[in-house]
This record gives sequence, structure tokens and C-alpha cells, in this order.
Amino acid sequence: MAAVRVLRRALGLCRGRAASGARPPPVPQRIEEKRRAALLGGGQARIDAQHKRGKLTARERILLLLDPDSFDEYDMFVEHRCADFGMDSSKNKYPGDSVVTGRGRINGRLAYVFSQDFTVFGGSLSGAHAQKICKIMDQAAMVGAPVIGLNDSGGARIQEGVESLAGYADIFLRNVLCSGVVPQISLIMGPCAGGAVYSPALTDFTFMVKDTSYLFITGPDVVKSVTNEEVTQEQLGGAKTHTAVSGVAHRAFENDIDALLNLREFFNYLPLSNRDPAPVCECHDPSDRPVPELDTIVPSESAKAYDMLDIIHSIVDEREFFEIMPSYARNIVVGFARMNGRTVGIVGNQPKVASGCLDINSSVKGARFVRFCDAFNIPLITFVDVPGFLPGTAQEYGGIIRHGAKLLFAFAEATVPKITVITRKAYGGAYDVMSSKHLRGDVNYAWPTAEVAVMGAKGAVQIIFRGKEANAEEEYVDKFANPFPAAIRGFVDDIIQPSTTRTRICHDLDVLASKSQSSPWKKHANIPL
Amino acid sequence: MGIKTVAIHSDVDTNAVHVKMADEAVCVGPAPTSKSYLNMDAIMEVIRKTRAQAVHPGYGFLSENKEFARRLLLSESSQLLYETPFHLIASEGVTFIGPDTHAIQAMGDKIESKLLAKNAKVNTIPGFDGVVKDADEAVRIAREIGYPVMIKASAGGGGKGMRIAWDDEETREGFRFSSQEAASSFGDDRLLIEKFIDNPRHIEIQVLADKHGNALWLNERECSIQRRNQKVVEEAPSTFLDPETRRAMGEQAVALAKAVKYSSAGTVEFLVDSSKNFYFLEMNTRLQVEHPVTECITGLDLVQEMIRVAKGYPLRHKQADIPINGWAVECRVYAEDPYKSFGLPSIGKLSQYQEPLHVPSVRVDSGIQQGSDISIYYDPMISKLITYGSNRAEALKRMEEALDNYVIRGVAHNISLLREVIVHPRFVQGDISTKFLPEVYPDGFKGHKLTDLERRQLLATAASLYVAEQLRSQRFLGTPRIPIAKSKRSSWELSVHLGDGIYPVAVSKHGSSFSVEVDGMKLNVTSEWNLASPLLSVTIDGTQRTIQRISRNASGETSIQFLGTVYKLQILTKVAAELSKYMPEKAAEDTSSILRSPMPGTVVAVSVKPGDMVSEGQEICVIEAMKMQNSMIAAKTGKVKAVHCKAGDTVGEEDLLVELE
Repeated sequence: MAAVRVLRRALGLCRGRAASGARPPPVPQRIEEKRRAALLGGGQARIDAQHKRGKLTARERILLLLDPDSFDEYDMFVEHRCADFGMDSSKNKYPGDSVVTGRGRINGRLAYVFSQDFTVFGGSLSGAHAQKICKIMDQAAMVGAPVIGLNDSGGARIQEGVESLAGYADIFLRNVLCSGVVPQISLIMGPCAGGAVYSPALTDFTFMVKDTSYLFITGPDVVKSVTNEEVTQEQLGGAKTHTAVSGVAHRAFENDIDALLNLREFFNYLPLSNRDPAPVCECHDPSDRPVPELDTIVPSESAKAYDMLDIIHSIVDEREFFEIMPSYARNIVVGFARMNGRTVGIVGNQPKVASGCLDINSSVKGARFVRFCDAFNIPLITFVDVPGFLPGTAQEYGGIIRHGAKLLFAFAEATVPKITVITRKAYGGAYDVMSSKHLRGDVNYAWPTAEVAVMGAKGAVQIIFRGKEANAEEEYVDKFANPFPAAIRGFVDDIIQPSTTRTRICHDLDVLASKSQSSPWKKHANIPL
Repeated sequence: MGIKTVAIHSDVDTNAVHVKMADEAVCVGPAPTSKSYLNMDAIMEVIRKTRAQAVHPGYGFLSENKEFARRLLLSESSQLLYETPFHLIASEGVTFIGPDTHAIQAMGDKIESKLLAKNAKVNTIPGFDGVVKDADEAVRIAREIGYPVMIKASAGGGGKGMRIAWDDEETREGFRFSSQEAASSFGDDRLLIEKFIDNPRHIEIQVLADKHGNALWLNERECSIQRRNQKVVEEAPSTFLDPETRRAMGEQAVALAKAVKYSSAGTVEFLVDSSKNFYFLEMNTRLQVEHPVTECITGLDLVQEMIRVAKGYPLRHKQADIPINGWAVECRVYAEDPYKSFGLPSIGKLSQYQEPLHVPSVRVDSGIQQGSDISIYYDPMISKLITYGSNRAEALKRMEEALDNYVIRGVAHNISLLREVIVHPRFVQGDISTKFLPEVYPDGFKGHKLTDLERRQLLATAASLYVAEQLRSQRFLGTPRIPIAKSKRSSWELSVHLGDGIYPVAVSKHGSSFSVEVDGMKLNVTSEWNLASPLLSVTIDGTQRTIQRISRNASGETSIQFLGTVYKLQILTKVAAELSKYMPEKAAEDTSSILRSPMPGTVVAVSVKPGDMVSEGQEICVIEAMKMQNSMIAAKTGKVKAVHCKAGDTVGEEDLLVELE
């Protein structure tokens, strides 16, 4: 702290001299001074204020995110170029401006990072700020390494006007160009409002910090003046809103430290780029481990729910499952895990929530996850227990046809290894959608409890017999409420003992690692948005 | 023995272990015991259909039900019927594997049994009296006997429904609870009040008798470690009995058995005071939960002997053939949280379950497996864990090891309490009574209390585990396109949060072992560091410990089972720990105005409604779980804001019951 105060005095001194026309200090000293100034961002007072808000500084965040001593900073000497509103005075110049950029390592693997500095003009985005971010994004795309953005910015640098807006657009363009090339992750660690929200929105994953981060197009004041709605920042765009209601954010963490440490762990699941295979970690969990509890996990009563997460946890390595969007559209479960060390993407219907049906939100949630995995060579494992699409006007008016098609589209176009396990119901169109054999599924299994049918026995019998046949329902159950109709047609490759599921999947993944499949040439497909 | 078996089960036990083990299995009804395991009509139907020849009733449920034994006698049939996880279920009709109905009847009635005991010259408890009609009568009887008195259901076995009253007020309360419990559990609301013997030991004698007038005593079992009058730790023999007392008790037990023409295995329970005076408590006309310890030291298979006796064979042994070989200890492993009144039931799915069968001389009697559900419908016992040794110290040492190697995840369990009991100096010296738990833990059980050395061992182990994990997360297989920057790091400065303390811990790696500095002390930690195994064997400066890492997350939070108790720790790098001071404190919920269910169960009664004023300590509602009624009281004085439950509701642990303003 004392050192900091001395430094500030020194800076003051040098500015004073420059103003009086005296010779500037020698270059090495100036370099040193600039570097020190850059490390201090907006100064100690603002750093203290940042801490008081329960937030870490841009540099402290990088320190926690990256391996020790691995950060190589870019553009520490960049300053903003605005001359209006007194911005050109030396006291308004901060070396590095309001963002810290560079590259570093996470568990030894390369990542590009930018961390917005709220202590410098509230982290607002200047032309220079945008230029710094664009520089590392360009390089990340060239090299083929992920980009991680730590967002903490008040918005556009109003003094710069259109230059700031241009800066945003430059970033958006790169977000789009990088999409599907390198993984892009946004961690919202403070305000992120207005146009700024679209950069995180374009990235693959948006994580938030509870209580200290907000995302919204317009803040509560503007909302009040336009629509007369009274709403708090937290209600409008807090972590809870976006992880549970809007589906804008994929997960929320307790505080900055929790978020950054989780991000490190999350990073280990991801390949560096679309040119790289899914990473394989050292694994201590035997790939041939039997999972005896699975033989009894599906209740004998077909109407009784169970927790798909229990199945997932018991099958994957060491029960470790990084769930994506755990609070949103909970009738579908998506997330990352490992099988014999290799990253896999898991999609599962959740019978515990809304019977595991597919609706608008769950379809969109699933589709986006499937497309990420496909883009980045992550094999997909799908657990199916789906009674169908959710009926009703709310769903039809909301466009369930269009949204459900997204999940269908995503599974169909995916060329990564696709393994599907039907644990119980696979009814109707939802059977087709859930990574069925027909959508180029590589290995499709059914458990003995599987029922692959157009619909439940009751409904089916009403349509076929108009309620005239007394024993029809029983007949239908005998005929269809079992895995045989699908198995005899080869729509499932095998009916397996649930306890062997882990072993089977691990073997399949070994074989499918060299899978190569292509689709017809196209500029890009036209997913029903 | 080459006998085919039929298991009966309820809906929810379709996948239970006993069902899989039996040759045939039949469902007798839905989960509630009154509709399945206590449903005599359904069970009789199964016997008829399967043509079972004999029924072993196990323990609990219908094992001491004379009506059931009588109906069997009258029925016709032919296989052995096996009842429930722990419970097996006889005539040229159907043989009931147990004593004759008249013995069940005589011993099942607490009053009649005492009279019989008296006549057989068995020592009985002074101040013994009769059936109770209402609270006033209860008080009158209690006063006659003189406080303290014990109140329990006449029909109930074990400690269920038993309460101790030291004054009139407690007698009334005890009467109310005991009669309710008696009615709900046994369908018979008769009660018994008798003199309560202060500081007693509970020691019982196993007897075995045939239909030819022969009877043996198979030594004693010490069952003094109890909580709420239910046994927790049992052993055989007892450290307290000398050969004379043992013989005296044994002979009286046999005398009683002969007096009622008892056949089959039975247990005569005694209370033994500090001067080795013993008093007859009751006789259990069935196999006891804790029978394995007797089997261990005598070498007899009690179930086999019961079946032989039922078939009409004479006993194969003479009294002189009954040895005491070595020592056996049994721990009852329950799915319950020992931090709440020494054990409140817990429910859930056993996500991981592994019995310590790799430890030598260990026997585990259980009815569950990985993936089983512990439901609210039955007793929350997970298993009986028995260890055997040539002497007590050896048996206890093995028990320690067995408890450390027992993997139970997904439900709360009482391993921590069991392990603390068996290593407690008083227990080790044999200085125990039925009041052991409340005396040793007057403020409730709080888990193992770490010594300075143990704390350092835990910190060192946790820190080493953290580093091992960090190192592994940098190891990727294959040759990546962009080379991985290999860390040359060999030392870590960590900060470990444990309990109220934050400890700086320095770890450095030397080959496969870690040198850890904690509190200025250096410890050497070695292990295979298999991070997937639920059990981890760690050697800390030459001391071998088996620990279990229960959980971990990315932010360094981890819980580790060490010396039986689960400790929560947070491990951060020094840098992260320093920055954590800036992290906002999250506001904790004010719990005093909120009443949550401490366990899953059924709401029996709600005694308040919104707007009512309640005073601190006032009963708000009663929750029944696993046949136990628990009174929920207000934590503060205030007005009832909202009531979120009604009688009959099923509630989960931590469910909101009542809110105060």
C-alpha cells in the first residue's frame, strides 16, 4: 500500500514536469512508470471501491483464472484517443485503458483472455478498448485457442460516441467469425448493459456471478420511463433471472472466486478449437466399472418419476457432471462429463420435471448444447425417457413446431459420435428427435424397460379401436411397451443390461474416436431460428 | 440346509436383497406395514398359494404375534417362507419357526410374563403394577411405585414407546405419547408402568429350547449402549459379568424358558445394576437383531437351530458344549443423522454403498445394496456390522477398521457416532450403562473432536489430496496441437479453512509423496492417490488412515470422512484465500421464526393455526417418521404467520412447516 502511494506521488511529479515544459525522464524510467500505472488501473481509491462492492479487480481476476506466472499481457501501453470533453488531459489517460488483455494457460492449456477494468472509466468501452479485445480474438482464431471474456463494464464510452459503437460492432463481428472455430466463454462479473450484452450473447457460454452481475438491454430507469414498470436491477437482469427465467445465462456462481475457479474446471472439458479433438484427461475410474444400481433405477410403474441425474452421475467418470443451465428448462438435462477421461456432452430427458417432455424451452436448450458439442468434436451421449412434446395453446402459439425443429435439426446435422440409450419412454415424434438411429445415431441402445411407440397405450387404443376392444390396451402394451419392435427393425442396436451401460459406452467411444462423417457441401445450413 | 425359500415383500421392496436371495418372492401389499408385512390375510394367502411348510417370522412385525402363530397352526399347506429384509416367518398345518402360541402369549404380555417369572424364581423389578386407563391413573400408579418410573406399551418390544418420567407432568406426557405410539405401532394401546432402575446395564441371555423339555443358555449379550431405549452397539460376552453372575442369570433364564415350555430361540432380558443385581425385564420370543454376536462366540447358527427345533428335533448340544470363544461386537448402522438427538431418520437413495467385507473377521447382515432407497416406511437400519476377534481389543480394532472402510453415500448415517463410542475410554474400559450416550455427550453428539495431531493429519491429507487433484487436472493424454505448458511447480502454498480456523499449509512434492508443513510441523503423506476410489488409504508419518472423500468442488470445498466423522474444509491457494476477504458475505436465513422438518416423515398433528400466539418451547406439530413421534417446538415466542402442513401430509427433510412472524 505504501509503495502505491509513493508511486502516485511520483506520477504526479512527472505530469507536473511535463506540463512545465521540462525534459521528460529517460525512456527506461518512463516505461517502468507506465507499467506501474497500468498495473494500478484506475488507482487505489477505485480499487478499494471495487473491493467494497464485493468484486475483484480485472488483474486479480486474471491472476485467479490463469496458472501462476503464465499471463502474457498485450497492449499495456494502449491509451484511448478521445480528445473531447477534456478526455485528452493527462489525468484522464490510463495506460492500457479500461481493459486488460493477453494470453495465458489454464492447467497448461492456452487461452486468450480479456478482463474489463471497472476502475478505469467504469470499464466503459472506448475505441482503444475494443481494439485490444479484437486483437486477442483475431490471434485466438488464428492460433486456435479459446477466448474468455471477463465482463465488468458500464457500457459505451459516451465521450467517444460513434467510435465506441464501432468498437462494439468490431467485437460482435469477431464473436460471429470465431463462433464454431474456438470456444468463447463470457463471465459476467459486473454490469453489462445496452449493446454490450450482445457480445456475451454471441459467445458459446455465458456465466454470471450472483448478486454482483447484471445483464440487460435497458436498465430499470429506462424501463420505468418507457413502460412504467417498477423493477430492480436484480429482478430485471440478475443471475437468477437469466439462469432460471430467460435462459440467457448458462450458470451462476456464488462470487468472483467461485466463478473463476469453476471456469478453470470447466475449461478442462473443452477442446482448444474446432481443429482439436475433445480432451482426454487421466482417469482413475475403471472404464469397465459395472453400475449395478442401474438395473433397478427405472421404477416398475411407468407413471413414476426418477431422477435422470442419478443415472448420469453413476455412469460418468467419478460422478463428475458439469451441468449447463441447471435451473432453466429442467425437463431436459445437458452438460459435460467424462467417459474414461474423454469429454462427452450429455443430453437427457428429466422424468422428474414435467415428465421429461419436450417443450419450447427444453428444445432450444438442448439444441444449442448439441450444436456446441458438434462444432467442437465432443461426442454426444443421449439418455431418452420422453413422453412426447408438450401439448397446448401456449406451446403451439409459442411456436413449438419451429423450436422443436431446432433440436431435431441439431441432432440430425451432428457428425460427432452419437450414442443413445433409451431408458424408458421414447414416444412419438420426440423419439425421432432424441438422437434416434434415423438421425445418424452411431450406437443406439435400449434398456429392457424401454418402450418405443407412437404414443402411450391408452391414447393409442382409443384411436385404433375407438374404445370398443376391451383387452386392446393390454394387447398394445404387450406389443409396443417394450424394446422389441424397435430392436427387430434394427432401430436400436442392442438391448443391454443397464448395469453394463458404462462399459458399453466407453468401448463405443474408443471405436468412434476415429469416426468420419460429412454432410453435403453448403454455405451454411438454415436451422429454423 | 437345502430348504427352498419364499420371500414376502411390499411394493417398494420389489428389488430388495432378500427378494433376490429367495427362490420365490411374493408381494403382499403396498409400502405401509399395516398393508403388507403386518397384513396377516395376505401373508396367509401367500402361504396357501406357495404351499409353504414353515414360516420364519424374523424379528419385528409378526414375529411375536400370537394370533399369527395361531392362524398358521390352523392352516394347511408345504417350503419355507421368508419375511422382509431382515425377517424370516409354522404345523402339520404350517410350522411357525418360533415358540408355541401359549409361550408367545405368556411372554408377550408384560404383566403375565412377570408373574410367570416370579413363580419361576426369576428376579423381577420391584414396584411392578398393571394396565393403565388414563393419565390420572398413570400418575396415581407412578406415585405408588415412586419416581422415577418407566412407561411403555404392553405389546411393544424393545424400547419403542418407552418413556421415563421423573414427575407427574412427565408421566402425563409419557402416557400420551406412549399410548399413541402403542396404538399406531401395535394396534393395542395398553401400557405398563414400572419402577425405573437408575444407571442400569442392559444384559440379555440367549436361550435355546427344544420341544422335548431341553433348554440351554448361550451366554449373554451386553446391549447397554442405547439411544432413546434402542440398542446401538452390542457385544458378547459382557465385560461386566463374572462366571458366577453369568451362570446365575443363565440358569434363571433357562428356568423361565422351561416354566413356559418354551421351544426355539428366545432372549431373556435383564437389567443389571452396579452391584451386579439383575432383574428380569422381559422375554423376547423371537430371534433378536443382535443374535450374530452370540453366534460368533458360541459357533452356533441360531436360525438353523430354530428350524431344527421347529421340525421337532432335539437339541444337538449340552450346556457344557457352549463355549465363549473370543469376542464379538455388533454396531447397528442406521440411516440417521447422529447429530440430531443421537439419530433422526434420514431417507434417500444409496448412491454409493460398499460393505467393508475386505476387512478380516467382519460380518455384515444387510438388506440393501447400492441404489436402494431408504424410505420413510420402515426402520432406517442399513445393516448390522459385526466384527469378531480372539479378544475384545482385537474385535474393537477390527470394528474401527470396518467402520472406516464402510462406504455409505446418499443418506445420513451414524458411522461417526458408532466409531466414537467404540473408541471412547469409558467404553473401552467397559464402564458403560444404558445412559452412556447422554452422559458422555450431555450436549448432544457433535462428532469426533480432533486432537492437535489429528487436525494436522487431516489438514495435511486434505491439502495433499488437493494438490494431487490439481496435478492430475494438468495431465492430458495424447499429443495436443498446441503443446501443453508443463508446470515445473513442486510446492504449493495453501490456506485451509476447517471449522473456525484458517490454517496455512505448505505442500511440496517428492516423488509420489508429499511433504506437508502445518503449524510448523512437517508431515510426510503418501498414498496411491486414486481419486476415483471412494476409499483412500493414506499414510501420514507412518500412521495408516483410511479416509473417504465425500465431495469436492471447483472452489476448493471438500468434505472428508476422517476417523468416522465428516469434516468440511475449503482449500484455496494462498492468493485466492487473501482475495476471499473481499467476497461479500451472503445473508443467512433467519431460522428462529421458521420451523422446518428435521427429517422426512408424516405430519401426525398440527396444534397451531395462523394468527395463534405461541410461546417458546410450545409444541407446534408432531411428525412421525419410522414409527417414531417427534414433537416440533417453537424456537421463539411469536405469532404464527403461516402453516404449511396439515395432519396426514408427507414432508421431506428441511421442508417448511410453520412460519412465525
